[in-house]
Amino acid sequence: MNTLTRTIEHTEQHGPAEGLSRWFFTTNHKDIGTLYLWFSFAMFLTGGCMALMIRAELFQPGLQLIEPGFFNQMTTMHGLIMVFGAVMPAFVGLANWMLPLMVGAPDMALPRMNNWSFWILPFAFAMMLSTLFMEGGGPNFGWTFYAPLSTTYAPPSVTFFIFAVHMMGISSIMGAINVVVTILNMRAPGMTMMKLPLFVWTWLITAFLLIAVMPVLAGVVTMMLMDIHFGTSFFNAAGGGDPVLFQHVFWFFGHPEVYIMILPAFGIVSEIIPTFARKRLFGYASMVYATASIAFLSFIVWAHHMFTVGIPLMGELFFMFATMLIAVPTGVKVFNWVATMFRGSMTFETPMLFALAFVVLFTIGGFSGLMLAIAPADFQYHDTYFVVAHFHYVLVPGAVFAIMAGVYYWLPKWTGHYYNETLGKVHFWISFIGVNLTFFPMHFIGLAGMPRRIPDYALQFADFNMVASVGAFIFGFSQLIFLVLVIKTIRGGDRAPAQVWEHPQGLEWTLPSPAPYHSFVEPPEVK
Amino acid sequence: MRVAAQFLLLALASGASPAYADWQLNMPRGVTEISHAVFDLHMIIFWICVAIAVVVFGVMFWSIFHHRKSRGARAENFHENTLVEVIWTLVPFVILIGMAVPATATLVKMYDSSDAEVDIQVTGYQWKWRYQYLGEDIDFFSSLTTPREQINNEAPKDENYLLEVDNPLVIPAGKKVRFLVTAADVIHSWWVPAFAVKKDAIPGFINEAWTNVPEPGIYRGQCAELCGKDHGFMPIVVEVKPQAEYDQWLVDTRAAQAATAAAASQVLSMDELMAKGEQVYNTACAACHQTNGQGLGSVFPALKGSKIALGDIEAHIDIVVNGKAGTAMQAFKDQLSAVDLAAVITWERNAWGNNVGDKVDPATIQKLKEGTE
Ligand code: HEC
Ligand SMILES: [Cu+2]
Repeated sequence: MNTLTRTIEHTEQHGPAEGLSRWFFTTNHKDIGTLYLWFSFAMFLTGGCMALMIRAELFQPGLQLIEPGFFNQMTTMHGLIMVFGAVMPAFVGLANWMLPLMVGAPDMALPRMNNWSFWILPFAFAMMLSTLFMEGGGPNFGWTFYAPLSTTYAPPSVTFFIFAVHMMGISSIMGAINVVVTILNMRAPGMTMMKLPLFVWTWLITAFLLIAVMPVLAGVVTMMLMDIHFGTSFFNAAGGGDPVLFQHVFWFFGHPEVYIMILPAFGIVSEIIPTFARKRLFGYASMVYATASIAFLSFIVWAHHMFTVGIPLMGELFFMFATMLIAVPTGVKVFNWVATMFRGSMTFETPMLFALAFVVLFTIGGFSGLMLAIAPADFQYHDTYFVVAHFHYVLVPGAVFAIMAGVYYWLPKWTGHYYNETLGKVHFWISFIGVNLTFFPMHFIGLAGMPRRIPDYALQFADFNMVASVGAFIFGFSQLIFLVLVIKTIRGGDRAPAQVWEHPQGLEWTLPSPAPYHSFVEPPEVK
Repeated sequence: MRVAAQFLLLALASGASPAYADWQLNMPRGVTEISHAVFDLHMIIFWICVAIAVVVFGVMFWSIFHHRKSRGARAENFHENTLVEVIWTLVPFVILIGMAVPATATLVKMYDSSDAEVDIQVTGYQWKWRYQYLGEDIDFFSSLTTPREQINNEAPKDENYLLEVDNPLVIPAGKKVRFLVTAADVIHSWWVPAFAVKKDAIPGFINEAWTNVPEPGIYRGQCAELCGKDHGFMPIVVEVKPQAEYDQWLVDTRAAQAATAAAASQVLSMDELMAKGEQVYNTACAACHQTNGQGLGSVFPALKGSKIALGDIEAHIDIVVNGKAGTAMQAFKDQLSAVDLAAVITWERNAWGNNVGDKVDPATIQKLKEGTE
């Protein structure tokens, strides 16, 4: 007993280790969260540069800057990096930082594994990016890597791509297990499940999705590996295999993956809107049930990505109906957010601006999603820029805006300083204009008939492509404002008190700002 | 840095060049009964979304405007209301059922490809389409004709830039035409927006699609599934002709195909073969092996100085005629005539400083072609 108290006192006095080893060997949830967030931002800029190359080539018809083969590598890498390198690690970073603070725990449940799940990522992405410099170039088959383009017809570097995907998968699964264990076991006394903040709830459900589908992704890339190197014919029609099987397995992973990238965003927005509307979240319980229903439905809609592969009529109908159903719980969420604002007392600090933009623009992405669910109409939309517009609306002003909202919201808690509100608002407005200039015209060029993933296009698509390219550069460069703002906030700024905002809900606001290196050494009591 | 500079230059240049097109906003309505039904579905679901958006965003912006702290708004306390929540779960559900009914009806029609009067097998190749008229003994390939100079911005672009082919698919007006869609290498997708037909072309599978176009005309589309380097350069052109003209076209095309086959017995001079060979090479081979014969990286080998092009002529003929399984090098025996094959192989052996000096006779190729059929 005596020694135990002493150890606790001992650790309490410990700050972080000195120098670089702090970052390599850390098992502290805040350090690891910070690493994840910086890594994700670096990937966001890397993937963003690739997007700008794509948009520069598409600025005008004709081939100007890059060869079609390299263009395909850029679209592929841009997608892979943004999904696996930017969005997912950003959410894991936020989870690392915030889950222990929100449930009243001293740290994540499995701190050593936590270190490992982060440190796999830089190696995985270094390997993936290195393929760009290999003979034959990097992956050029789209982030969906449909076989046999990604097997029989792939460049030799595909093997490294497969290995990198395996590493990312291991990292994600370990991160997810850590989240589940932390939430289920380390809640403060009195924090029942139905008192969990929504960010915690959405992450819990996301973690289960990750654990369920990352092994499926690992399975599909392993089958590719077997086809490429060990003479199997899972996806090779000439050997009796089935290229459509690839798509079924991929999308069985891929559709839940889409929700993995949006559910935590729902959670963040559900934290922010009540704070700045100064009113409790409307329909907490229905929010939880809606999240769970979306997660369940995500497992039975995968073939809506495959309406044109020739699945039988009955299959087509089943997947159409199931997909349309998703609109119901998603609608519930949007209605709840609006009802939270209704008769509140709103202010519009930067996190709130991003959260409001999220609600509007994510909903627009949801509408185009509903349109895509209508199978006969999907025959026209499928694989056009309409789809590109759709998923960028849910991912950029959707997931990415929510991440930024979260960073602005919690940055004073992390650093102890307020960020510069004016700069934050400038960042918001330029991003907002840039995002819409980029992605809204893509609806039009898609409907007009422009296929996705082409480096050059017919003349009737020229005008809106030019607009989209200009928007992309505006959006891309405005992210440097964000970088400057974050660095300035870390360095200094007005001191933030524990509460940061006016009466925000949640345990994280009971700790001083910046939050101490070890969070809740004494479990708080939740009434 | 260089990219940025070029981008700036382009931006300036574009200010000077005339605006290209028409700012088209919506899906074309198309020309068939099915495409009209699809367009109507698209518009219904669009207006449903607009209506919901007006209500939801309306309430939201109302709140943003009126319930803001700066206007002295005081937050109320309510945070749930079972009745309201049940209503806004059920109402969307009912709307969706209303939407599912016409969508199902249209889908059932689209899937009914029975009783077709013309059957055409459509096969996707890296990066062209093959059309085989079942029972008509007609079989040809269709590839992009937009000149390289236009793509490389060295010549002004035509009206149908990237949407023009050498041999369009020809179908009769007012007849139900069934397409049996498949692929020879990777997955492609055959899409003609005006017909609302998009079907994936998958190796090892035959997918069915159909159309019935009432009005003659020319309709254009593109491959819609990423299929490698030149995915953006394999358009589809469909010429719909009145029945009589279609019948005449069948007769003419059969005659032309017979003439090409007969030409295989010709003996051509080296110069003739080289002249023809260069032409064939530039349309059929240059996409991969490049005009200068130097290939592209390690993916598409150089033919200039290549062991096969300089070596044993049998092996050279074999790889061009039969392709190499499991690589992008496809079998050209069905794609090119005996004369074209003889010419292109001769060209490869004697161009770009390859100085083998021998030539291939069409008759040799014809024998191989017959042997393998
Ligand atoms: C879709 C891309 C593509 C097109 C079009 C194409 N080839 Fe090839 N070709 C290849 C690839 C890939 C190889 C290498 C195959 C291998 O792995 O051995 C190849 C190999 C060859 C070789 C053997 C070269 C060597 O030294 O190994 C010859 C000869 C050849 N092609 C001739 C042609 C001719 C003639 C045409 C046009 C009629 C043509 N190719 C069109 C992709 C293509
Ligand atoms: Cu194709």
